[in-house]
Amino acid sequence: MEMLIDIASWVLLLGGSVFILIGAIGLIRLPDMFSRMHGAGIIDTMGALMLFAGMMLQAGLTMVSVKIFLIILFLMFTSPTTTHALARAALDAGQEPIRDDDPTDEIELALMRELEEERKRLSKT
Amino acid sequence: MIHALSLGGALGILWLLLSGIFEAWLLALGFGSIIVIVIIANRMDVIDHEGHPIHISWRALLFWPWLAWEIVKANIDVAKVILHPKLPITPKVLHIKASQVTELGHVFYANSITLTPGTVTLKLINGAMDIHALTPSSIEGLLTGEMDRRVHDVEGMADGTVEVKKNV
Repeated sequence: MEMLIDIASWVLLLGGSVFILIGAIGLIRLPDMFSRMHGAGIIDTMGALMLFAGMMLQAGLTMVSVKIFLIILFLMFTSPTTTHALARAALDAGQEPIRDDDPTDEIELALMRELEEERKRLSKT
Repeated sequence: MIHALSLGGALGILWLLLSGIFEAWLLALGFGSIIVIVIIANRMDVIDHEGHPIHISWRALLFWPWLAWEIVKANIDVAKVILHPKLPITPKVLHIKASQVTELGHVFYANSITLTPGTVTLKLINGAMDIHALTPSSIEGLLTGEMDRRVHDVEGMADGTVEVKKNV
């Protein structure tokens, strides 16, 4: 049993490390600031979650696990806020996201969305 | 009042979990700290349904496992795109109207979107959002509006009435 927990925790720790590595590769490979934020997003969701889960398995049912869980909780609340602040700061500084859509495309998407809402409303009544 | 009590309770549990020492002196210190914090928070006028949203707590607990699973799926999707030799990204900025009624609901939805890799909320003004989406499947996920609906359920006012701000 102990060995199974050890194996599971190592799988999580190594998996988390792999995801952090992928996030770092994404930070370098992706073309502009806004798409790079998605790479950073991998690091602070999947990477951090898997590492912390692996550490919790190592610690077992102790106070340490509770504290690690609280770290996860606080991270999940604060990281989207900082990401949003970063995006707003970049926009205010005049950064423009690289985008492969044109405005007509956008209108189409908005129309799709409206149609779907209409359909939902109709199916409700 | 109920929000102040629940804030004090939550802080008390937090203190006990973080210290784990049940000596009279330390417990008294914790109790004093909590009282001071609640008084300060009260003076800052942040103890209300927004600062301490107890009315959504149990529904949020049901929502989080679903969100966690969505985050895992989105992570694998974005990781694949990053590792793909051709880097097949389709960055778009989408404009979406959130269906939530309160500001808290909007923020809840915007943060859930940002937490999911592949989508980041750039702007949020009165429920109108600009969202940067990286991959085709992340765009699709947004346009189905499932997360929007689920957060709306968490907010818990499906009839569309605006909750009256109660500062009890």
